[in-house]
Amino acid sequence: MELLYIAAALMLGLGAIGAAIGIGILGGKFLEGAARQPELVPLLRTQFFIVMGLVDAIPMIGVGLGLYVLFAVAG
Amino acid sequence: MASGTVTSSEYISHHLTNLTFGLHPENGWGFAHGANAAETAQQAAEMGFWAINVDSMLWSVGLGLLFVWFFRKVAKSVTSGVPGGAQNFVESIIEFIDDSVKGIFHHKNPVIAPLALTIFVWIFLMNLMDLVPIDWVPYIAGQMGIGYFKIVPTTDVNITGGMAFSVFGLIVYYSIKQKGISGFLKELSFQPLPKVFAPFNLFLEIVGLLAKPVSLALRLFGNMYAGEMIFILIALLPFWAQWVLSVPWAIFHILVITLQAFIFMVLTIVYLAMAHDDH
Repeated sequence: MELLYIAAALMLGLGAIGAAIGIGILGGKFLEGAARQPELVPLLRTQFFIVMGLVDAIPMIGVGLGLYVLFAVAG
Repeated sequence: MASGTVTSSEYISHHLTNLTFGLHPENGWGFAHGANAAETAQQAAEMGFWAINVDSMLWSVGLGLLFVWFFRKVAKSVTSGVPGGAQNFVESIIEFIDDSVKGIFHHKNPVIAPLALTIFVWIFLMNLMDLVPIDWVPYIAGQMGIGYFKIVPTTDVNITGGMAFSVFGLIVYYSIKQKGISGFLKELSFQPLPKVFAPFNLFLEIVGLLAKPVSLALRLFGNMYAGEMIFILIALLPFWAQWVLSVPWAIFHILVITLQAFIFMVLTIVYLAMAHDDH
């Protein structure tokens, strides 16, 4: 039963690492694009949010399931 | 709301159990009610497939009707003269949705834009319930004798799953309507690798096809469930610490709410656009 806590912690932690690296790189590229062509910023911003949602999806699913395991299962 | 000393895990699991109505093997038709949240959830699970989360359904259908009623009211009293505040607001949303649909979907289909508008506004309304302080409505419901009352429908995987699989039904429907059954199967089985690897292709494509609704459903569920969980955990803190944490989290959560509704809509349009274009 105690392993559930470790499992939930792993799900949360690894999900966070994945999301942080992914969105960090994405943000960097977004700023580069904005610096190179400032007039495209509105378009870039929309694309940034769409891709951030996609990058964030699997880690957030991991975090959601990790919290479910942590509270609803091992509650 | 059990008075007296409520342990933190009881408080958390209380806020996580739905009001489930269904046919229980022993108790027959009725609401799942156990001594504590864990037993109630256990009874709800025993009710099997046909149990209905009454609170999620109530809030999602209610918010859907609110959306339909409000947009219809504004649409009926539309004036080409000086528009009122509501009309400006509705027009700006419709233009925003129209632009994103036009930008992504390049085929002729009258269903897509209204579907995108419904998905965006409905999911946004359902997510907005997450900003209501979590103890208010369950406390009021507690006074009215309703034990468990989860007010955010999108933290219930059944609701997000239902929406995602209805979108999946549309994807399959439009694929077949656009390319015919043979075209659709051909697209599935002759895709990446040459024809001779058809069964392997088919397996890959089926997995890819099923990944769409599952990721749609779990993305929205994961974000909203994690968001609500943070609010519940903040509510466990001593009262003077709550404002320091819940205000910034709520402000950030406003972005998450709109973003998740927007992404669910954009991906629905993208998937339907992919279903329409034949190679």
